[in-house]
Amino acid sequence: MSNYEAVIGLEVHVELKTQTKIFCGCSTEFGSEPNTNVCPVCLGLPGSTIVLNKSVLEYAAKAGLALNCDISLLSKFNRKHYFYPDMPKALQISQLEIPIAIGGHLDIEVEGESKRINIHHIHMEEDAGKLTHQGDTISSALSSLVDYNRSGVPLIEIVSAPDIRSGEEAKAYLEKLKNTLEYTDVSDLRMEQGSLRCDANVSIRPVGSKEFNTKTEIKNLNSFRAVQRAIEYEIERQIEVVEEGGQVLPETRTWDESKGITVAMRVKDEPDYRGMVEPDLPPIEVTPEWVEEIRATLPELPDVKKNRFIMEHGLPAYDAEVITSSRKLAEFYEKTVALGQDAKVVSNWIMGEFLRLLNANNLEITEVKITPEYLAKLLSLVEKGTISGKIGKKVFAEMFEEGKDPEVIIKEKGLVQISDEGQLKQVIQEVMADNPKSVEDYLGGQKKAMGFLVGQVMKATKGQANPGLVNKLLQEALEELA
Amino acid sequence: MELNKLTIHELQALLAKKEISSLELTEKCLEQVENINEQNQAFITIAKEKALKAAQAVDEKRDRGEELSPLAGIPVALKDNICTEGITTSCGSKILHNFVPPYNAYVVERICEAEGIVLGKTNMDEFSLETTTSREGSGVAVANGVSVYALGSDTGGSLRRTAVANGLVGLKPTYGLVSRNGLVAYASSLDQIGPITKDVTDSALVLNTIAGHDAKDSTSLKIEYPDYTQFLKNDVQGLRIGLPQEYFNNENSALVDKIKEVAQKLEELGAIVEECSLPHTEYAQGVYEIIATAEASSNLARYDGVRYGYRAAGAQDVDTLFVKTRSEGFGPEAKDKIILGTYILSSDSYEEIYLKALKIRSLIKQDFEQAFSKYDCLLTPPVYTNPVNLAGIPALTMTCGLIDNQPVGLQLIGKELAEGTLLRIAYSIEQNTDQTRLKASL
Repeated sequence: MSNYEAVIGLEVHVELKTQTKIFCGCSTEFGSEPNTNVCPVCLGLPGSTIVLNKSVLEYAAKAGLALNCDISLLSKFNRKHYFYPDMPKALQISQLEIPIAIGGHLDIEVEGESKRINIHHIHMEEDAGKLTHQGDTISSALSSLVDYNRSGVPLIEIVSAPDIRSGEEAKAYLEKLKNTLEYTDVSDLRMEQGSLRCDANVSIRPVGSKEFNTKTEIKNLNSFRAVQRAIEYEIERQIEVVEEGGQVLPETRTWDESKGITVAMRVKDEPDYRGMVEPDLPPIEVTPEWVEEIRATLPELPDVKKNRFIMEHGLPAYDAEVITSSRKLAEFYEKTVALGQDAKVVSNWIMGEFLRLLNANNLEITEVKITPEYLAKLLSLVEKGTISGKIGKKVFAEMFEEGKDPEVIIKEKGLVQISDEGQLKQVIQEVMADNPKSVEDYLGGQKKAMGFLVGQVMKATKGQANPGLVNKLLQEALEELA
Repeated sequence: MELNKLTIHELQALLAKKEISSLELTEKCLEQVENINEQNQAFITIAKEKALKAAQAVDEKRDRGEELSPLAGIPVALKDNICTEGITTSCGSKILHNFVPPYNAYVVERICEAEGIVLGKTNMDEFSLETTTSREGSGVAVANGVSVYALGSDTGGSLRRTAVANGLVGLKPTYGLVSRNGLVAYASSLDQIGPITKDVTDSALVLNTIAGHDAKDSTSLKIEYPDYTQFLKNDVQGLRIGLPQEYFNNENSALVDKIKEVAQKLEELGAIVEECSLPHTEYAQGVYEIIATAEASSNLARYDGVRYGYRAAGAQDVDTLFVKTRSEGFGPEAKDKIILGTYILSSDSYEEIYLKALKIRSLIKQDFEQAFSKYDCLLTPPVYTNPVNLAGIPALTMTCGLIDNQPVGLQLIGKELAEGTLLRIAYSIEQNTDQTRLKASL
């Protein structure tokens, strides 16, 4: 075991999915033609003035409340100055002194143990434009194109306390964060589209020390898995540097996914952002009543929902965890149960067939057409014996993609379970006639032959025979011969 | 008849009687531009075609008997830091020499709605950064009969000083009374647009048009906006007027005498005049310099050559582009302000200098609040102009006499939103002093 422990803090940027930008009425739509969702305000033209989009404030407060933060009744915006071509005003309007939300936490579970990760604060800020370099790398590019559609898109930055100790904890924190924010519906949370971005600050110290040592900041983390791997690599790298008598430099490092290493980009000469108060925007004041109104719009959050599913529905903890890992999935489950279905049966179908098909087809839950009503109907049909469980899975697969009524599918495909004794007896006689050896074996005491004969009956009925009834009738027929 | 010397309300009467047309008036003004511009460079851009077209359109409306606003058909000059759609807005700087805004400032929209005639854009020090400037094109344009009135901006007093230097009336409204949308920012917490006019009545008429809530400017005030002409009363009976002694110290005694004469006149008219004190006045200049410079360094950061304005040639990478563009595009005063302002906001001096200045700013504000608990208005020489900007309160300057044949002026300072009181006192002064004699000698 290593003599070092890692000290990790995550800065997570989340793009809010408001209709319009933070300080103007331009659309926030992703993927529009470059420089079409722009105006004098988000282009920072001379003379432009700004007005805070009220929805941004609401969304930020909602996220803050979901993450157990206190909402600042008075918060301020500041100007963070630096020159970059994607920054139209050469300054970013952000909250450097009094952010909208402070002091929250998330509880994560790692290796069966629960751990609380504190959230230092959440602040609102504007996004910058996007540069496309005309060349293979930023340094070899001859020119760059800039698209300001993203300029002024609202962001919240969620800054964790340095409470994280491993790559695994970091990943668990991010999953929990994403899971919780998904319930609030304030963001698309798509890492591949940049609506969720994460930078990791990593340092190490001898176990038992309370010091904070020089940290590095890791960027270009494109997945939660990348966050975990990059942190694990970086911890090892820093330990090696220190063990060899070297010093960890205060660097910004980039994660090279293909090589699995972090690479130094630049030594961080802590920039002086000159964070003056934004004079064009008076302090943001909200009332305790307003905060309560926002709180009232929060849905039941995953931890509470999970506990309720365990306590009220009697679900195993594992099932409850899986089902509440997505708000949509939990809602689907709950609606199906509300239609009178057994909780554990519904959970089995969702954790089994539902998730299997989602993953196999790489679909989002919003992309499938199956409804809780039809799933409930299907489960009733299985329960009543109209179809077997096995046929049920086939029907489910069709409902899943096309959203069809299970009864219609069963009818169209002729999948109704055969429970007509006369019809089954006839099939049994035929099977027995075709397999005299097995019949003999059975009569001779080899009870295993029974299974084979049942299988043959099922095959002859294309799986539609009621298996319980087949067993009973076959047994009777064989005993008649004995 | 010298049309050029008339006021808005005098011209409006002639227009209404159809003794003149807006087109004639506009042509006359444009002629005058050509007469004087070579010599004094009052204008940077002249919007001749647009002005003539607009004048013609107003005349047609008048002929059709349509109802028109008091500013309709009257030529106006705009300071070159007020954005005009399709007309270059350079702020007197090389770095914006070719910047043509795609939008109108709020005040320009209001002027256009009122069918005012925009003649062009007046000269100014680069981004108005000179602190003691009084030689702005806006004042020169009005004094020389090029435009009937002008809109200027006032960060530390340039509008009021220009008005005084040219024998005119300058009004800096309460911060937030006139939207800053489209005013190219120098120091956002101090900047305010106001009218430069030939008399007090015109000041009220223009304020009526440009004051108002603008949803696009977060610092724009949401209040009931009065009709400012209702305050044009020759009556100061019972008004309490304070003379802050700090403003009179070290002042040219001839000027002090002139202002004391006005004070005496106001007393004769029934006002109560007393000496008072604004104890933090001596710190105002320093505090103003710190705050204005800091904000200027921030507001001027966006001129980097990437999107609009001057762009240096020959840069091979982006950092060089920034450095060359800003080195070549800004003049020496701007560079001084940028360097100093950047230092003031840096972590080395933020608390020691910037935050301290903000604290003293609130003390200066308190001085005024205390004074206005006793007085309706303060009467001063126009020497200290920036405490008013620091406090966000209104002030009006006007001529009160001649010294060595040069116009000198007085300043009236009111509490927040007391434009009405300032207009009333200024109007009374105007009615009871020989303004025609002052004007004639200009």
